[in-house]
Order: sequence, then structure tokens, then C-alpha cells
Amino acid sequence: MTDAQQPIGQDILSVNGLGVRLGDRQVLDDVTVQVRAGEFTGLIGSNGAGKTTLFRVILGLTSASAGEVLIAGRPRSRRNPLIGYVPQKFSLDPDAPLRARDLVALGVDGHKFGPVRPSRERRAIVDEMLDAVGGREFADTRVGLLSGGEQQRVLIAHALASRPRLLLLDEPLANLDLRSASEVVALVAGIAREQRLAVLISAHEINPLLPVMDRIVYLAAGRAVQGRTEDVITSEVLSRLYGHHVDVLSVHGRILVVADVGPQAIDDGARAAAAHVQIIA
Amino acid sequence: MSALIAPGFFSSGPVHTALIVGTAVAVISGPLGVFTVIRGQAFAGEALGDIGTTGGAGAFLAGVGPVWGFLVINVLAAGLMELAGVQRQRGRDLATGIVLGAGLGLAALFLYLNTTVHNTTGAAVTILFGSVFSIAQSSVPIVVVLAVVVLMLMAVAARPLLLASASPELAAARGVPVRLVGFGYLLALALSVALCALTIGAILSTALLVGPAAAALRLSRRPGAAVVTASLLGVGAIWLGILLAYDSYDWPPHHQGWPVSFFVVTVVFAAYLLSGVVGERSRRRSRAHARPAVSAG
Repeated sequence: MTDAQQPIGQDILSVNGLGVRLGDRQVLDDVTVQVRAGEFTGLIGSNGAGKTTLFRVILGLTSASAGEVLIAGRPRSRRNPLIGYVPQKFSLDPDAPLRARDLVALGVDGHKFGPVRPSRERRAIVDEMLDAVGGREFADTRVGLLSGGEQQRVLIAHALASRPRLLLLDEPLANLDLRSASEVVALVAGIAREQRLAVLISAHEINPLLPVMDRIVYLAAGRAVQGRTEDVITSEVLSRLYGHHVDVLSVHGRILVVADVGPQAIDDGARAAAAHVQIIA
Repeated sequence: MSALIAPGFFSSGPVHTALIVGTAVAVISGPLGVFTVIRGQAFAGEALGDIGTTGGAGAFLAGVGPVWGFLVINVLAAGLMELAGVQRQRGRDLATGIVLGAGLGLAALFLYLNTTVHNTTGAAVTILFGSVFSIAQSSVPIVVVLAVVVLMLMAVAARPLLLASASPELAAARGVPVRLVGFGYLLALALSVALCALTIGAILSTALLVGPAAAALRLSRRPGAAVVTASLLGVGAIWLGILLAYDSYDWPPHHQGWPVSFFVVTVVFAAYLLSGVVGERSRRRSRAHARPAVSAG
């Protein structure tokens, strides 16, 4: 692998010893994540592992009980223009009068109060972002009428419009068919390389990200392991994370994580591992 | 022309008042209605209209103009709905329903007192179904001022409100105060519905709020155009309604005129049906433009 030789820049995202309690539940515990400029990092974990919470803390929408989050070396703040965000949940009525182009324009100045002043500059940015995601052909179609893959492209263009240095994508592949998913992954990887963006993309399935992922953060039961994919996705590391023995198999270039869920294996680690494995396999 | 516009139309004082109030109300109903549909809060609008009955009936009992009753009760109801959790997608209808139920209980009492104390059902009909020709001229300034205030608020908050309506998650990530913007919208909605209630009656107010907006959404793809179209359709419906109502004084059975609200609501409904035909045709055309047929395989 040439990963180690790649000219990778400074840490854009630096999460150190992060802990989050929601109510009496420890959602994240001593989580450390670094993402550098131009680096594509996959955040892998099952539903409920704490992926969305981690994103919310990075965005400044949920407060941490321990640890720190630095964006480009500085403490994070709300409305940080350095962060572009694609949420997991997005649905818009097909009747809503919002074209793809309008949603991207809201990425430029949607947070600003005051009357709208359409300018040539604003329009140029919108066109540039739509071009970057290959979205020119549906620029004038209502967002609610677009397919899942097209909506993801528009959301990515929206996120890029503030010219961020860190791109957070929360489960962008969740509702896509295989082909759209791999198109979105290739698109994001290309943009990250060209614009030297730091990308953190969450998924409960590891395989669609394998071809482009520089590093991986594996999240289970609120704890995280980060490293190069081949160092993290091993039986030893994942068994330690789950607190229960799991096997890692490679079948036809796909990775399967398999847990022993015999009748004797009824501890929490086994349940967590089993719940996840059903999804990942 | 004279067959359509009955003599005396342009020189009648009540007609002037009706046209000014109706136009102001229809103009603000455009933006409010479009956002109400985008946000899926039509039920909140309907509830505010119904609750207006309580305010109107209370104002009649207290001997003040109905506009004050509508305004006070609607702002109060909007505050209660916010407290009860109307901003949460899931609790929204429940919060609205609870406040609506409580408000309508009072309306029942006030309308009952009005009929027994004043021995007339006229108040009830006016409050429920409106009577734009009987609006006091003294109400005109407050209506116009409030309409201008609402319009300015919508213009100032247009972008954050649009973003928060399209996706609260995206808006929050961009630093938009989503909750505050939502409450501001709810207050503007409460004021607009109060003015709608004054014009075409408390329980018909949603028709003017949602009807033109629903038609406009079928006709325009972009947010600005939808808002303008909705306002224009609303103004058209109000003008045509007032004109027909004025004409109807010559109509059977009693030569006393048909209710304006009936005409306004009917015109709005017709515009909605018509927009379906026109919208479908233009949609088919734009889709054919945007996506040339791809050959199979």
C-alpha cells in the first residue's frame, strides 16, 4: 500500500478522548478520531453505535461530557463554515417548490437573515457545485422528485457550497441501491482528493467503502478503534472492541465479520456483535 | 362590463373597506400558505382558524371589534402550541389538537352566551363564516399595519425559514436557530389566520391560507415564484368573490346578497382544480425537457 507515502496534510478534524452521556447512557466513551486533509475516513458501526451522536458533537449540536473536538486546530463552534454536513434523515415532499439549484443556493447563504439578493456570484457558485456532483441535468427539477442517489448529490453540493475543509456524511448510502451507492462513494472520494477535503463518512456496511477508504474508525458500544482498514478489521481488534470473539473473513473481496452466537454466548458483547454482524454480513 | 359590475360597486364604502382588507390578507396568505404546506403544518393553520371562533365570540361578548378577539386568541394559542411541543414532528398534531380542543370548549360557551344574552344568532354566523362587508372601517389601519409587519418578517427570515422547513438537520448544522425560526413562523401564521378569519370567517380561514398556496405549488417550481403566485391567486379570489357577492344583491331568493365567503372559497377551489390541469401539462413538458428518453439497456 502507498497510504503511508501519500502527502497527507494537517489534522482537519481532531477528536480527543471524547465522552458523551445522554441521560444515564454513556453513548460515546473515550473516542479519539483524527482526519487529515485529503483523507477519506469511514466511520463504521451498527445502528445505535453512536455515529450520529459523534457527528452532532462535531457540529456543536450536542455537548460532550469529556474530551475535546478541534476543527483545523481550533475548538469547534456552532455554524462552523469549515464543516459541510450531509444528514442521514432527509425527505422533502414532491410538491415543495424547491429545485435542486435552490437547495444548493441555501448552502451558500441559507443561514443569513435579510432579503434575498440574487447575484451573479451566488449563481456561479451554485453552478460550480452542481457541476462538481454531476447535477446540472436535474438542477431545475424539484428536490422531492429526484431519486435517492440524485438527492444525495444535491445534498453533497449543498454541503460543499460553503467551501468547507471537513465533509461529514451521515449514512449517505443507507437508502441507495448498490450502483447509486458506489457512484456516490466514487464521487465523494474524487472531490476529497481534488479539493483536499477531510472526509468522515458513516456507514453500517463496510464493503462499499473499501475501494476508497484511507482509514477506518470502527465504532461499537460507544468505543472506537481507528487505523488503516487492514489493521482494524482483524479478529483480534474487533474481538477486543466487542468484548466477544468475532471472526473476520474475506470472501470474493468482500469482508464479513462473523460472531459466534451459540446458546452459551449470551453476554452483551455477543449480542452487540451478533446484531451488527447480521447487518454487515 | 356593466353586466358584471353592478352599479355603485366602486362608490360603496363597505366595498372599499372589503377590498383593502381582503387584498392585504390575501397578499400575506401567499407566503404563509406556501410555508405552511412545505412544513406540513396545515393542521396548525386550521386549528388556529377554529380557535379564532373563541376570540371572535369573546370579543362580541366584551363589545370590542372581532379583529382584536381573533388576534389575541390566536397569538395565545400559538404560544400554547409551542409550549405543548408543536415543533417536534411527532408531537405536532397532538399538541395542536389539545390546544384546539380546549379553545373550542370556550367557543361553545361564548357563542351560547352570545345567543342567549343578545338573543341573536347573527354574531355566530359572522364569526364563523365572516362578513367582509360588515368590517368596521376603524379596523383597516390595524389590518394593514399587521399585514406589512408579517410581510417584512417573512422577507427577512425567508432563507433560514426555507432551509429549516426543508431540513431542520441541515439548518441546525448551519447554525440557524431552528426552534426560534419555527416559533416566529407560528406567530406570523397566527396573525395571518386572525386576519383571514376577519375576512372570510374563522372556520373558513384555512381555505384562503392553504387553497391559493396549494394551487401555486402545482404551478411553480421555485420558492419565490410559488409565493408570488399564491398571493396573486388569493388576491384574485378575494376580488372576484367581493364582486360576485356585490352582484348577488340582485339575486334570488331575498335580494339580500349571498355570503362573500362562499364566493371566495368557491373561486379558490376552482383555481385549485384548474391548477391541477395546467400544472400537470407543464410538468409533463418540463420532464420531457429535462430528461430525454433513455433507451432501454
